Amino acid sequence: MSSSLISAKGKHPGESVVGFRRHEPGTQPEYFYPAYRATRLRAPSQPLILLPHTLSEVTGPVFGHSDIRPNDQDLTVQHAGEPLGERIIVRGRVVDGDGHAVSNSLIEIWQANAAGRYAHAKDDHPAALDPNFTGTGRTLTDKDGFYTFVTIKPGAYPWRNHDNAWRPAHIHFSLFGPAFVTRLITQMYFPGDPLFTYDPILQSIPDERARQRLVSKFDLETTKPEWALGYRFDIVLRGRESTPFQG
Amino acid sequence: MDLTPTPSQTVGPYLHLGLTDARSISRIAGDGVKGERVWLTFHVVDGDRVPVADAMVELWQAGSEGNYAHQDSSADGAAFRGFGRLATSEDGSCTFETIRPGCVPGPSETLQAPHFSVSILGRGLLNRLSTRVYFAGEPANAADPVLTLVPENRRATLLAQLDPARTSHWIFDVRLRGDGETVFFDV
Repeated sequence: MSSSLISAKGKHPGESVVGFRRHEPGTQPEYFYPAYRATRLRAPSQPLILLPHTLSEVTGPVFGHSDIRPNDQDLTVQHAGEPLGERIIVRGRVVDGDGHAVSNSLIEIWQANAAGRYAHAKDDHPAALDPNFTGTGRTLTDKDGFYTFVTIKPGAYPWRNHDNAWRPAHIHFSLFGPAFVTRLITQMYFPGDPLFTYDPILQSIPDERARQRLVSKFDLETTKPEWALGYRFDIVLRGRESTPFQG
Repeated sequence: MDLTPTPSQTVGPYLHLGLTDARSISRIAGDGVKGERVWLTFHVVDGDRVPVADAMVELWQAGSEGNYAHQDSSADGAAFRGFGRLATSEDGSCTFETIRPGCVPGPSETLQAPHFSVSILGRGLLNRLSTRVYFAGEPANAADPVLTLVPENRRATLLAQLDPARTSHWIFDVRLRGDGETVFFDV
Protein backbone atom coordinates (compact mmCIF):
# COMPACT_ATOMS: atom_id res chain seq x y z
CA MET A 1 0.00 0.00 0.00
CA SER A 2 1.55 3.28 -1.06
CA SER A 3 1.68 6.08 1.44
CA SER A 4 -0.35 8.35 -0.82
CA LEU A 5 -3.30 6.04 -0.35
CA ILE A 6 -2.91 5.61 3.37
CA SER A 7 -3.08 9.36 3.65
CA ALA A 8 -6.12 9.51 1.40
CA LYS A 9 -8.25 10.84 4.22
CA GLY A 10 -6.12 13.90 4.55
CA LYS A 11 -5.86 14.57 0.84
CA HIS A 12 -6.17 18.06 -0.46
CA PRO A 13 -6.97 19.09 -4.03
CA GLY A 14 -4.03 18.79 -6.38
CA GLU A 15 -2.30 15.99 -4.55
CA SER A 16 -1.39 13.28 -7.02
CA VAL A 17 -3.30 10.02 -7.22
CA VAL A 18 -1.64 6.76 -8.26
CA GLY A 19 -3.93 5.17 -10.85
CA PHE A 20 -4.22 1.55 -11.93
CA ARG A 21 -3.02 0.12 -15.24
CA ARG A 22 -5.54 -0.56 -18.02
CA HIS A 23 -6.18 -4.02 -19.43
CA GLU A 24 -4.33 -5.30 -22.50
CA PRO A 25 -6.65 -5.73 -25.50
CA GLY A 26 -8.18 -9.20 -25.75
CA THR A 27 -7.49 -10.23 -22.17
CA GLN A 28 -10.99 -9.47 -20.84
CA PRO A 29 -14.37 -10.59 -22.24
CA GLU A 30 -16.23 -8.68 -24.91
CA TYR A 31 -19.27 -6.85 -23.56
CA PHE A 32 -21.45 -7.70 -26.56
CA TYR A 33 -20.97 -11.36 -27.42
CA PRO A 34 -24.05 -12.59 -29.30
CA ALA A 35 -23.24 -16.28 -28.78
CA TYR A 36 -24.00 -15.57 -25.12
CA ARG A 37 -27.60 -14.61 -25.74
CA ALA A 38 -28.20 -12.46 -22.65
CA THR A 39 -25.58 -9.94 -23.81
CA ARG A 40 -27.76 -8.95 -26.77
CA LEU A 41 -30.13 -6.93 -24.61
CA ARG A 42 -27.83 -6.11 -21.74
CA ALA A 43 -24.45 -5.07 -23.13
CA PRO A 44 -24.08 -1.32 -23.74
CA SER A 45 -24.20 -0.25 -27.40
CA GLN A 46 -22.27 2.99 -26.84
CA PRO A 47 -18.50 3.00 -26.32
CA LEU A 48 -17.42 3.30 -22.68
CA ILE A 49 -16.02 6.67 -21.65
CA LEU A 50 -12.47 6.52 -20.39
CA LEU A 51 -12.41 7.69 -16.77
CA PRO A 52 -9.08 9.02 -15.47
CA HIS A 53 -8.58 7.65 -11.97
CA THR A 54 -9.44 10.00 -9.13
CA LEU A 55 -9.63 9.38 -5.41
CA SER A 56 -13.04 7.78 -6.01
CA GLU A 57 -11.51 5.07 -8.21
CA VAL A 58 -8.31 4.31 -6.26
CA THR A 59 -10.09 3.80 -2.94
CA GLY A 60 -12.42 0.92 -2.09
CA PRO A 61 -14.35 -0.76 0.69
CA VAL A 62 -12.51 -2.43 3.54
CA PHE A 63 -13.58 -5.79 4.91
CA GLY A 64 -12.22 -7.57 7.94
CA HIS A 65 -12.60 -10.45 10.32
CA SER A 66 -15.99 -9.18 11.47
CA ASP A 67 -17.27 -10.15 8.01
CA ILE A 68 -16.29 -13.81 8.28
CA ARG A 69 -18.09 -16.53 10.25
CA PRO A 70 -16.35 -19.67 11.55
CA ASN A 71 -17.32 -22.19 8.82
CA ASP A 72 -17.33 -19.79 5.92
CA GLN A 73 -14.24 -21.24 4.27
CA ASP A 74 -15.25 -24.88 4.58
CA LEU A 75 -18.40 -25.51 2.55
CA THR A 76 -18.53 -29.15 3.67
CA VAL A 77 -19.20 -28.44 7.36
CA GLN A 78 -22.01 -25.90 7.15
CA HIS A 79 -24.78 -28.45 7.78
CA ALA A 80 -25.50 -31.43 10.01
CA GLY A 81 -24.08 -34.00 7.59
CA GLU A 82 -21.42 -34.29 4.89
CA PRO A 83 -22.45 -33.15 1.42
CA LEU A 84 -22.39 -35.70 -1.40
CA GLY A 85 -19.70 -35.53 -4.05
CA GLU A 86 -15.97 -35.31 -4.42
CA ARG A 87 -14.39 -33.29 -1.60
CA ILE A 88 -11.76 -30.85 -2.90
CA ILE A 89 -9.44 -28.16 -1.61
CA VAL A 90 -9.13 -24.98 -3.65
CA ARG A 91 -6.10 -22.92 -2.78
CA GLY A 92 -4.36 -20.03 -4.45
CA ARG A 93 -2.63 -16.73 -4.13
CA VAL A 94 -3.99 -13.31 -4.96
CA VAL A 95 -1.42 -10.85 -6.29
CA ASP A 96 -1.51 -7.57 -8.15
CA GLY A 97 -0.07 -6.94 -11.60
CA ASP A 98 3.40 -6.50 -10.12
CA GLY A 99 3.29 -9.78 -8.23
CA HIS A 100 2.75 -8.18 -4.82
CA ALA A 101 0.50 -10.07 -2.42
CA VAL A 102 -3.04 -8.74 -1.99
CA SER A 103 -3.45 -9.41 1.72
CA ASN A 104 -6.48 -9.32 4.05
CA SER A 105 -8.79 -9.06 1.07
CA LEU A 106 -12.30 -10.48 0.90
CA ILE A 107 -13.01 -13.46 -1.40
CA GLU A 108 -16.54 -14.78 -1.81
CA ILE A 109 -17.49 -17.93 -3.72
CA TRP A 110 -20.70 -19.70 -4.72
CA GLN A 111 -21.33 -22.81 -6.75
CA ALA A 112 -23.64 -25.69 -7.74
CA ASN A 113 -23.60 -28.96 -5.83
CA ALA A 114 -22.08 -32.20 -7.10
CA ALA A 115 -25.19 -32.91 -9.17
CA GLY A 116 -25.01 -29.53 -10.94
CA ARG A 117 -27.83 -27.89 -8.99
CA TYR A 118 -27.71 -24.56 -7.18
CA ALA A 119 -29.49 -24.15 -3.85
CA HIS A 120 -31.38 -21.27 -5.45
CA ALA A 121 -35.14 -20.90 -5.88
CA LYS A 122 -34.77 -20.08 -9.59
CA ASP A 123 -32.65 -23.10 -10.52
CA ASP A 124 -35.13 -25.60 -11.98
CA HIS A 125 -32.60 -28.11 -13.34
CA PRO A 126 -34.09 -31.51 -12.41
CA ALA A 127 -31.07 -32.73 -10.45
CA ALA A 128 -30.98 -33.54 -6.76
CA LEU A 129 -30.61 -30.84 -4.14
CA ASP A 130 -28.29 -31.74 -1.29
CA PRO A 131 -29.61 -30.76 2.15
CA ASN A 132 -26.03 -30.70 3.37
CA PHE A 133 -24.73 -28.27 0.81
CA THR A 134 -25.52 -24.58 0.26
CA GLY A 135 -22.50 -23.78 -1.90
CA THR A 136 -21.53 -20.44 -0.37
CA GLY A 137 -18.11 -19.51 1.03
CA ARG A 138 -16.19 -16.53 2.23
CA THR A 139 -12.67 -15.84 3.44
CA LEU A 140 -9.91 -13.24 3.74
CA THR A 141 -6.54 -13.67 2.08
CA ASP A 142 -3.67 -14.01 4.54
CA LYS A 143 -0.72 -11.65 4.78
CA ASP A 144 0.96 -13.33 1.79
CA GLY A 145 -2.19 -13.26 -0.32
CA PHE A 146 -3.08 -16.95 0.08
CA TYR A 147 -6.60 -18.30 0.52
CA THR A 148 -8.02 -21.82 0.97
CA PHE A 149 -11.53 -23.21 0.55
CA VAL A 150 -12.70 -26.76 1.23
CA THR A 151 -15.69 -27.68 -0.88
CA ILE A 152 -17.28 -30.23 -3.23
CA LYS A 153 -16.46 -30.44 -6.91
CA PRO A 154 -19.46 -28.87 -8.64
CA GLY A 155 -21.26 -30.66 -11.45
CA ALA A 156 -21.81 -29.37 -14.99
CA TYR A 157 -25.36 -28.24 -15.67
CA PRO A 158 -27.61 -27.40 -18.63
CA TRP A 159 -28.79 -23.90 -19.46
CA ARG A 160 -31.05 -22.52 -22.14
CA ASN A 161 -28.63 -20.32 -24.04
CA HIS A 162 -28.73 -22.53 -27.15
CA ASP A 163 -29.69 -26.06 -28.10
CA ASN A 164 -28.07 -28.65 -25.79
CA ALA A 165 -26.10 -25.99 -23.91
CA TRP A 166 -24.10 -27.04 -20.84
CA ARG A 167 -21.93 -24.97 -18.54
CA PRO A 168 -18.56 -26.49 -17.70
CA ALA A 169 -18.19 -27.12 -13.96
CA HIS A 170 -17.16 -23.89 -12.26
CA ILE A 171 -16.95 -21.98 -8.99
CA HIS A 172 -17.90 -18.28 -8.96
CA PHE A 173 -15.30 -15.99 -7.34
CA SER A 174 -15.81 -12.41 -6.15
CA LEU A 175 -12.87 -10.22 -5.09
CA PHE A 176 -12.50 -6.59 -4.10
CA GLY A 177 -8.79 -5.86 -3.90
CA PRO A 178 -7.68 -2.45 -2.65
CA ALA A 179 -9.73 -0.13 -4.89
CA PHE A 180 -13.01 0.44 -6.71
CA VAL A 181 -11.23 -0.37 -9.98
CA THR A 182 -9.76 -3.68 -8.75
CA ARG A 183 -13.20 -5.27 -8.20
CA LEU A 184 -13.26 -8.63 -9.98
CA ILE A 185 -15.96 -11.22 -10.42
CA THR A 186 -14.95 -14.33 -12.28
CA GLN A 187 -15.33 -18.11 -12.53
CA MET A 188 -12.82 -20.86 -11.86
CA TYR A 189 -12.92 -23.93 -14.10
CA PHE A 190 -11.42 -27.41 -13.76
CA PRO A 191 -8.61 -28.76 -15.97
CA GLY A 192 -9.46 -30.75 -19.09
CA ASP A 193 -13.19 -30.05 -19.17
CA PRO A 194 -14.54 -31.08 -22.62
CA LEU A 195 -17.22 -28.35 -22.42
CA PHE A 196 -14.78 -25.42 -22.69
CA THR A 197 -14.99 -25.11 -26.48
CA TYR A 198 -18.80 -25.05 -26.39
CA ASP A 199 -19.13 -22.47 -23.63
CA PRO A 200 -19.76 -18.90 -24.87
CA ILE A 201 -19.14 -17.44 -21.42
CA LEU A 202 -15.55 -18.69 -21.37
CA GLN A 203 -15.10 -18.15 -25.13
CA SER A 204 -16.13 -14.48 -24.78
CA ILE A 205 -12.49 -13.82 -23.77
CA PRO A 206 -10.71 -13.37 -27.11
CA ASP A 207 -7.20 -14.29 -26.00
CA GLU A 208 -6.64 -18.06 -25.59
CA ARG A 209 -3.91 -17.55 -22.99
CA ALA A 210 -6.20 -15.29 -20.98
CA ARG A 211 -8.93 -17.96 -21.09
CA GLN A 212 -6.52 -20.52 -19.72
CA ARG A 213 -5.95 -18.33 -16.66
CA LEU A 214 -9.45 -19.26 -15.48
CA VAL A 215 -8.63 -22.97 -15.49
CA SER A 216 -7.36 -24.23 -12.14
CA LYS A 217 -4.55 -26.77 -11.99
CA PHE A 218 -4.51 -30.06 -10.18
CA ASP A 219 -1.99 -29.62 -7.37
CA LEU A 220 -0.47 -32.55 -5.52
CA GLU A 221 0.97 -30.22 -2.91
CA THR A 222 -2.50 -28.99 -1.97
CA THR A 223 -3.93 -32.51 -2.13
CA LYS A 224 -4.33 -34.14 1.31
CA PRO A 225 -3.63 -37.88 1.48
CA GLU A 226 -6.70 -40.04 1.99
CA TRP A 227 -8.92 -36.98 2.23
CA ALA A 228 -9.26 -34.56 -0.72
CA LEU A 229 -7.80 -33.58 -4.11
CA GLY A 230 -6.28 -30.12 -4.34
CA TYR A 231 -6.66 -27.52 -7.06
CA ARG A 232 -4.60 -24.40 -7.39
CA PHE A 233 -6.20 -21.17 -8.62
CA ASP A 234 -4.08 -18.01 -8.54
CA ILE A 235 -5.72 -14.67 -9.22
CA VAL A 236 -4.12 -11.48 -10.51
CA LEU A 237 -5.75 -8.12 -9.83
CA ARG A 238 -4.78 -4.92 -11.62
CA GLY A 239 -1.47 -3.30 -10.72
CA ARG A 240 -0.73 0.34 -10.15
CA GLU A 241 0.74 2.82 -12.58
CA SER A 242 4.44 3.15 -11.85
CA THR A 243 4.40 6.92 -11.59
CA PRO A 244 1.74 9.12 -10.10
CA PHE A 245 0.24 11.54 -12.56
CA GLN A 246 -0.51 15.00 -11.29
CA GLY A 247 -4.13 14.26 -10.49
CA MET B 1 4.03 -16.34 -13.35
CA ASP B 2 1.95 -14.46 -15.92
CA LEU B 3 0.86 -11.22 -14.26
CA THR B 4 -1.84 -10.27 -16.74
CA PRO B 5 -4.95 -9.59 -14.67
CA THR B 6 -7.40 -12.48 -14.40
CA PRO B 7 -10.33 -12.13 -16.82
CA SER B 8 -13.81 -11.23 -15.61
CA GLN B 9 -16.84 -13.51 -16.03
CA THR B 10 -20.53 -12.90 -15.44
CA VAL B 11 -21.97 -13.27 -11.92
CA GLY B 12 -24.71 -15.37 -13.54
CA PRO B 13 -28.33 -15.74 -12.41
CA TYR B 14 -27.55 -17.22 -8.98
CA LEU B 15 -25.40 -14.40 -7.61
CA HIS B 16 -27.76 -14.12 -4.63
CA LEU B 17 -26.38 -17.31 -3.14
CA GLY B 18 -22.91 -15.87 -2.76
CA LEU B 19 -23.39 -12.14 -2.64
CA THR B 20 -26.76 -10.93 -1.43
CA ASP B 21 -28.93 -13.56 0.34
CA ALA B 22 -27.10 -13.09 3.62
CA ARG B 23 -24.73 -10.37 2.51
CA SER B 24 -26.76 -7.46 1.25
CA ILE B 25 -25.94 -4.02 2.58
CA SER B 26 -28.89 -1.71 2.00
CA ARG B 27 -28.15 0.71 4.82
CA ILE B 28 -24.80 2.31 4.06
CA ALA B 29 -24.94 4.80 6.91
CA GLY B 30 -25.95 3.50 10.33
CA ASP B 31 -27.53 5.47 13.14
CA GLY B 32 -25.60 8.53 14.20
CA VAL B 33 -23.59 8.89 10.99
CA LYS B 34 -23.26 12.58 10.23
CA GLY B 35 -24.80 13.97 7.07
CA GLU B 36 -28.00 14.54 5.14
CA ARG B 37 -29.90 11.26 5.08
CA VAL B 38 -31.04 10.19 1.60
CA TRP B 39 -32.62 7.16 -0.04
CA LEU B 40 -31.47 6.17 -3.50
CA THR B 41 -33.53 3.86 -5.68
CA PHE B 42 -32.12 2.20 -8.80
CA HIS B 43 -34.35 0.98 -11.64
CA VAL B 44 -32.47 -1.29 -14.04
CA VAL B 45 -33.94 -2.05 -17.48
CA ASP B 46 -32.54 -3.85 -20.54
CA GLY B 47 -32.51 -2.92 -24.22
CA ASP B 48 -36.23 -3.74 -24.51
CA ARG B 49 -37.06 -1.62 -21.44
CA VAL B 50 -37.81 -4.79 -19.52
CA PRO B 51 -36.87 -4.64 -15.82
CA VAL B 52 -33.74 -6.63 -15.00
CA ALA B 53 -34.79 -8.77 -12.04
CA ASP B 54 -31.48 -10.56 -11.53
CA ALA B 55 -28.91 -7.76 -11.41
CA MET B 56 -26.84 -6.53 -8.48
CA VAL B 57 -25.96 -2.92 -7.72
CA GLU B 58 -22.91 -1.93 -5.68
CA LEU B 59 -22.21 1.57 -4.37
CA TRP B 60 -19.00 3.16 -3.17
CA GLN B 61 -19.15 6.62 -1.68
CA ALA B 62 -17.44 9.22 0.45
CA GLY B 63 -18.80 10.48 3.75
CA SER B 64 -20.47 13.84 4.18
CA GLU B 65 -17.11 15.60 4.41
CA GLY B 66 -15.71 14.01 1.26
CA ASN B 67 -13.54 11.39 2.97
CA TYR B 68 -13.45 7.76 1.96
CA ALA B 69 -13.38 5.06 4.66
CA HIS B 70 -10.48 3.47 2.78
CA GLN B 71 -7.74 1.35 4.36
CA ASP B 72 -8.72 2.63 7.72
CA SER B 73 -8.80 -0.20 10.21
CA SER B 74 -11.61 1.50 12.10
CA ALA B 75 -13.75 0.90 9.01
CA ASP B 76 -13.99 -2.81 9.92
CA GLY B 77 -17.45 -3.13 11.41
CA ALA B 78 -17.95 0.63 11.55
CA ALA B 79 -21.26 2.46 11.15
CA PHE B 80 -20.11 3.96 7.87
CA ARG B 81 -17.98 1.94 5.46
CA GLY B 82 -19.13 3.73 2.34
CA PHE B 83 -20.16 0.50 0.65
CA GLY B 84 -23.52 -1.02 -0.17
CA ARG B 85 -24.86 -3.74 -2.37
CA LEU B 86 -28.28 -5.07 -3.25
CA ALA B 87 -29.88 -7.43 -5.72
CA THR B 88 -32.64 -5.97 -7.86
CA SER B 89 -36.14 -7.27 -7.21
CA GLU B 90 -38.70 -8.47 -9.76
CA ASP B 91 -39.38 -4.89 -10.88
CA GLY B 92 -35.66 -4.26 -11.49
CA SER B 93 -35.29 -1.95 -8.51
CA CYS B 94 -33.43 -1.71 -5.21
CA THR B 95 -33.17 1.08 -2.62
CA PHE B 96 -30.23 2.15 -0.46
CA GLU B 97 -30.38 4.27 2.67
CA THR B 98 -27.34 6.45 3.09
CA ILE B 99 -26.06 9.99 3.47
CA ARG B 100 -25.34 12.48 0.74
CA PRO B 101 -21.60 12.30 0.02
CA GLY B 102 -19.45 15.40 0.24
CA CYS B 103 -17.19 16.81 -2.47
CA VAL B 104 -14.08 14.75 -3.20
CA PRO B 105 -10.81 16.14 -4.61
CA GLY B 106 -10.45 15.74 -8.37
CA PRO B 107 -7.55 16.26 -10.78
CA SER B 108 -5.72 19.57 -11.03
CA GLU B 109 -7.09 21.16 -7.89
CA THR B 110 -10.68 20.66 -8.92
CA LEU B 111 -13.41 19.40 -6.63
CA GLN B 112 -15.71 16.63 -7.74
CA ALA B 113 -19.42 17.12 -7.22
CA PRO B 114 -21.12 14.73 -4.75
CA HIS B 115 -21.37 11.35 -6.46
CA PHE B 116 -21.58 7.61 -5.96
CA SER B 117 -19.33 5.16 -7.81
CA VAL B 118 -21.54 2.35 -9.01
CA SER B 119 -21.07 -1.17 -10.35
CA ILE B 120 -23.87 -3.02 -12.12
CA LEU B 121 -23.45 -6.78 -12.33
CA GLY B 122 -25.73 -9.46 -13.68
CA ARG B 123 -26.42 -12.31 -16.02
CA GLY B 124 -25.45 -11.18 -19.52
CA LEU B 125 -22.83 -8.77 -18.17
CA LEU B 126 -19.49 -10.47 -18.82
CA ASN B 127 -17.75 -7.51 -17.24
CA ARG B 128 -19.25 -5.36 -14.53
CA LEU B 129 -20.55 -2.02 -15.75
CA SER B 130 -19.29 1.09 -13.96
CA THR B 131 -21.15 4.33 -13.78
CA ARG B 132 -21.59 7.30 -11.45
CA VAL B 133 -24.65 8.81 -9.84
CA TYR B 134 -24.83 12.58 -9.33
CA PHE B 135 -27.67 14.64 -7.85
CA ALA B 136 -29.84 16.65 -10.26
CA GLY B 137 -29.84 20.34 -9.37
CA GLU B 138 -26.50 20.23 -7.55
CA PRO B 139 -24.61 23.45 -8.45
CA ALA B 140 -21.20 21.70 -8.24
CA ASN B 141 -22.15 19.44 -11.17
CA ALA B 142 -21.34 22.22 -13.66
CA ALA B 143 -17.61 22.07 -12.84
CA ASP B 144 -17.31 18.37 -12.11
CA PRO B 145 -14.20 17.06 -13.93
CA VAL B 146 -15.83 13.71 -14.80
CA LEU B 147 -19.27 14.94 -15.86
CA THR B 148 -17.61 17.39 -18.21
CA LEU B 149 -15.89 14.44 -19.99
CA VAL B 150 -19.32 13.16 -20.96
CA PRO B 151 -21.00 14.47 -24.14
CA GLU B 152 -23.53 17.06 -23.02
CA ASN B 153 -26.50 15.22 -24.51
CA ARG B 154 -25.78 12.14 -22.38
CA ARG B 155 -24.97 13.78 -19.03
CA ALA B 156 -28.54 13.61 -17.80
CA THR B 157 -28.25 9.81 -17.70
CA LEU B 158 -25.92 10.24 -14.71
CA LEU B 159 -28.31 12.36 -12.64
CA ALA B 160 -30.54 10.97 -9.92
CA GLN B 161 -33.87 12.80 -9.79
CA LEU B 162 -35.68 13.76 -6.63
CA ASP B 163 -38.81 11.67 -6.17
CA PRO B 164 -41.65 14.23 -6.07
CA ALA B 165 -43.72 11.91 -3.91
CA ARG B 166 -41.21 11.21 -1.14
CA THR B 167 -38.97 13.53 0.83
CA SER B 168 -35.22 12.86 0.45
CA HIS B 169 -35.79 9.98 -1.97
CA TRP B 170 -33.83 9.98 -5.22
CA ILE B 171 -34.37 7.80 -8.28
CA PHE B 172 -31.70 6.69 -10.73
CA ASP B 173 -32.64 4.89 -13.93
CA VAL B 174 -30.12 2.47 -15.40
CA ARG B 175 -30.73 1.72 -19.06
CA LEU B 176 -28.26 -0.95 -20.05
CA ARG B 177 -28.71 -0.60 -23.80
CA GLY B 178 -30.46 1.43 -26.49
CA ASP B 179 -32.27 4.78 -26.41
CA GLY B 180 -31.26 6.85 -23.42
CA GLU B 181 -28.55 4.33 -22.59
CA THR B 182 -26.80 5.15 -19.31
CA VAL B 183 -23.22 6.36 -19.63
CA PHE B 184 -20.81 3.63 -18.55
CA PHE B 185 -17.17 4.29 -17.85
CA ASP B 186 -14.00 2.45 -18.69
CA VAL B 187 -12.47 2.54 -15.24
